[in-house]
Amino acid sequence: MHFPDSSPRASLYYNYQIFPFRRPPELNGESVQHKVVIVGAGPVGLVTALDLARYGIPSVLVEADVQVSQGSRAIVFTRRSMEILQQVGVADRMMEKALPWRCGNSIYRGERVFRMEAPYDEDDRYQPMNNLQQQYLEEYLVDQAEAEPLVDLRWGTKVTAITNRADGVALTVDTPEGEYQLHSDWLVASDGARSAVRGMMGLRMEGDSYTGSFVIADIKIDIDLPTERLAFFDPDWNPGNTILMHKEPEGIWRLDYQLPVGETPEEALQPESLHKRIQAQLDMIGVTAEWEMDWCSVYSARAMTLPDYVNDRVLFTGDAAHMLPIFGVRGANTGWQDCHNMAWKLAFKIKGWAPDHLLPSYSQERVVAAWEIIDEASKSTRFMTPPDRGFRLLRDATLSLSLTQPFVRPLFHWRTSRAHDYVESVLNCNRDDNARCTAGPANGSPLQNIKLGENDYLFDHLGASIYLFYFSDQAELPQSLLLLKEAVARSGVPFEIVQICRQALQVTGHMLIQDADGHMHERYGAEEGTTYLIRPDQHVAARWKQQDNGDVLTALKQLISLA
Amino acid sequence: MSTSTLNINELEQVYDHLAKGITAAGNEKEALFLTKLALLLANQVGNGDQVVASIDEALKNL
Repeated sequence: MHFPDSSPRASLYYNYQIFPFRRPPELNGESVQHKVVIVGAGPVGLVTALDLARYGIPSVLVEADVQVSQGSRAIVFTRRSMEILQQVGVADRMMEKALPWRCGNSIYRGERVFRMEAPYDEDDRYQPMNNLQQQYLEEYLVDQAEAEPLVDLRWGTKVTAITNRADGVALTVDTPEGEYQLHSDWLVASDGARSAVRGMMGLRMEGDSYTGSFVIADIKIDIDLPTERLAFFDPDWNPGNTILMHKEPEGIWRLDYQLPVGETPEEALQPESLHKRIQAQLDMIGVTAEWEMDWCSVYSARAMTLPDYVNDRVLFTGDAAHMLPIFGVRGANTGWQDCHNMAWKLAFKIKGWAPDHLLPSYSQERVVAAWEIIDEASKSTRFMTPPDRGFRLLRDATLSLSLTQPFVRPLFHWRTSRAHDYVESVLNCNRDDNARCTAGPANGSPLQNIKLGENDYLFDHLGASIYLFYFSDQAELPQSLLLLKEAVARSGVPFEIVQICRQALQVTGHMLIQDADGHMHERYGAEEGTTYLIRPDQHVAARWKQQDNGDVLTALKQLISLA
Repeated sequence: MSTSTLNINELEQVYDHLAKGITAAGNEKEALFLTKLALLLANQVGNGDQVVASIDEALKNL
């Protein structure tokens, strides 16, 4: 029997709620064939379930624990993440509490040697970075999932065995009321870096198992500093190492620091050691306030990925699919890009709308993204934690020069999670005008949000659908587009035409965006007749300077199977 | 590899000053000093490939 710890976790600021185990129909002898079982109700599993529900796909979400994340863990969420969370309905609630920010500072010998402002576009609804503890985020997602009839969230349910077959998956799960079998057409593994599903399937990751370890500590303290990233290099109290500080809501600050060479995680987590080091850091920056430890942990940096995220009927997503270096807020932020890429493809597969290449394209697009992330993160890692004497000398030389030589300061540039452009995707149309376009989002890239009015943005109007953006001032859609729309509607695939016009028009049967000042036309490099085909995850599939119906159909057939 | 661009007087001036610099930096800091110098000179050369070729050249016959 699986008895999860059902005493609420300790926290100085967060009230843990226990979600009781509920006896499922399987334990009463009922045999149920589920469409999708998702393992792991962390940020990625919860978003996957909510995302699938948007397409009418029910899922069973199993979680071994009976409460949300221990400690704050993921705290920095990017603009792209907020756009994805907006789609599943929790962004507003998050932004009521989160601390938005965009500036990072690198400090050496008491001087700020580099300051970077992440670009903020007036057309973006969300700031580049938003800090919130993972418990709150999970709480909001759990509330959303509990309110969604298509999500069957099963707490206290631990997967102990798995059989992956060509036509489905059989899972053995253990619960406080005993074991039962779960049968599903599809399984999504979102059970984190130590994925039990990955382990049980014997799948190996590729890449470097880099061994740097870091202490992550959350302390409750009143520090009168703005929400910005602070990176302290080579401080006297921890020579050669780097310390990061981030502000969180509820008067909490996150400190990260590398373990000195030869020290074990157990040694680093000794209360005396933690206290001495954190106090040394606070002393260095002249903070005299009292503080209290909320939570701490040790994180090992790795840069590895599964070579394929689709294994017959089992799909891997988030940290279960890859383990990424700590620098650059790449855990949850990458995981949501994974599952947002996967959800519509899996939904279309289940609905019978997917061409054969659609589901494999999830793995193709996101494995490429993982390698891009590993490459970018390794650049940050070799500066923050130099791997050998050569890199150490260059880093130290750069620190020393940075006090007087501005030319080295861009080496401090800190790379953070970004939205990936699926440039080489099989879903991209290659018979369109993409190569000839000089402005606007390119094929494979996420859409550029547009501020349409006060508290009104383009993404607010997008949902679980393929979209055709048609820039035109004509009162009537071309007959060919209307026929296309009817054909797609007959197939059942969600598909909407959005007309963007510079004049006041009255239209029926499709969405209209008034672009009186031509701003959206400009951002999208659009003229009369310009057309974009948009995937349900808001990435561009094809674009034409002037729409040509034959090509739109060709491009659409890359995304869906049409009779 | 490269042709001379410094005349003998300039070369001797650099020779002496660099020697004194290494000594002044001391055993512990000489590598850091030389690394800083290499970065400063690289920035002045303004040509990445040329600097990379010089790094490879300096690695020969050690």
